[in-house]
Amino acid sequence: MNAHYGDRQVLHNVNFSVAEGEIMVVMGGSGSGKSTLLKHLLGLQKPSSGSISLLNQNIAELGRKQMMALRRSMGVAFQGGALLSSMSVGDNVKLPLRENTELDENTIDIMARLKLELMNLAGFEDLMPAELSGGMLKRAGLARAVIMDPKILFFDEPSAGLDPVTSVELDELILQLRAALNMTMVIVTHELESAFKIADRITVLFDGEVAAMGTVEEIKNSSDVRIQNLINRKPRDKVVDADAYLQRLTAGGT
Amino acid sequence: MEGLINLPASLGRYSIDIVSSIGRAAVFLGLTLSRLFHWPFPLAEFIKQLNFVGVRTLPVLLVAGLFTGMVVALQFYDTLVRFGSVDLLGSAVALSLIRELGPVMAALMVIARVGSASCAEIGIMRNEQQFDALECMAIDVYRYLMLPRLLAAIVALPMLTAIFDLVGIGGGYVVGVLIHGESAGAYINGLIDTVTINDVLMGVIKSLVFGLIIMWIALVNGFNVHLNQSLSGAEGVSHATTTAVVLSAIVMLSFDFIIGSLML
Repeated sequence: MNAHYGDRQVLHNVNFSVAEGEIMVVMGGSGSGKSTLLKHLLGLQKPSSGSISLLNQNIAELGRKQMMALRRSMGVAFQGGALLSSMSVGDNVKLPLRENTELDENTIDIMARLKLELMNLAGFEDLMPAELSGGMLKRAGLARAVIMDPKILFFDEPSAGLDPVTSVELDELILQLRAALNMTMVIVTHELESAFKIADRITVLFDGEVAAMGTVEEIKNSSDVRIQNLINRKPRDKVVDADAYLQRLTAGGT
Repeated sequence: MEGLINLPASLGRYSIDIVSSIGRAAVFLGLTLSRLFHWPFPLAEFIKQLNFVGVRTLPVLLVAGLFTGMVVALQFYDTLVRFGSVDLLGSAVALSLIRELGPVMAALMVIARVGSASCAEIGIMRNEQQFDALECMAIDVYRYLMLPRLLAAIVALPMLTAIFDLVGIGGGYVVGVLIHGESAGAYINGLIDTVTINDVLMGVIKSLVFGLIIMWIALVNGFNVHLNQSLSGAEGVSHATTTAVVLSAIVMLSFDFIIGSLML
């Protein structure tokens, strides 16, 4: 698939597939196109060309109602949790069940408690999102994302903004979730340690292109300089065009 | 000189921006109202919003209504005494409030308290990806968030206006009868004899339209907060809220004149 923002192409011929039950980590530096790719995978933006097939349906061709139906099989955990600020944690977690199912309130309560227990958030259901820490917000967002037992889970930057211990706990939680619910997962991150720990396979994006794809070992042993620079946290070499630099300094004058 | 040369281009850009904004607002309203026919109706959210718009506006509305009625009665009393027509005080206060001041003042209270808060809330939800989260949970944002807010304003404002009118007429009674010692019978009979069903209808139509205008402008400004390329985050929400409040007041007062002209 390809994607544009106006005249600017932000994703170039991105092509990858994820097997059932697999954890695919999409990795890359800032501005590499990870977030744009995720928005396209979620159907929040449409590709300018190409197709995205989710659970055997091409989402670029789906109507609104069909997309809504497909989304009931998907779970999404956003970077900051994206909990509705006017609702308690418990109500946030119960919301997909209340809106998308006809389950009675007792069953919904039990299912929500189960998921909150899984995320180590039992007893926090009456708190408001503003009362939670960053790590708790992410876990609450994850509880809401898996409340419908989705077939595929998308997770945006699970470790971003977390301290190292909480970050490791969240990685463990992701692995436990996969083991318990056998979900397919697509996780977008720029945290190397986290990616290497949880991924079955990794796709590395670089300037909107897939620079490499493979298992953790394959990525670590990649001969691509860009991948090695990313892994070794080496800044990109700046190519300085002397004439352009001079022109910028003199605002186009001579 | 360069400014003059660029003037047509600037005017063109500005015109396109205005037309685009109106178009976006119209589409937004159409999509929201179309959700009236979508099942299930978010009743819990509607009741919550009705409480927010209606019940929680009551304290400030009662105070404003009482003092508005008292001030109107004070001004009319002073004028009517000069012409020896103090018996008309009840009619004058009631007609001013029911036709004009009640709907406008109640609408201004709702703009200040509810319109600004709703715009800011929706703008923050947009910035914090809460709309994306709802979409990804297969929850329609227009049905779940926008429709209950819009309907709550349309339903609550006529009720708030009616309460404002009653309290205002009571305030007029305090000034005319209790303070200046005019006849209570004349005040109440004047009111009953003069006010017609058309006067009440005008007040009701105005407040229905004002409710729609206020919440529509508040929601659409918050909803499109991300489209403002020059301002983002808290600054963007602050700008959207200010725009919503000012625009609601101007559009509301314009429609006040239009409806008044058509019905008088």
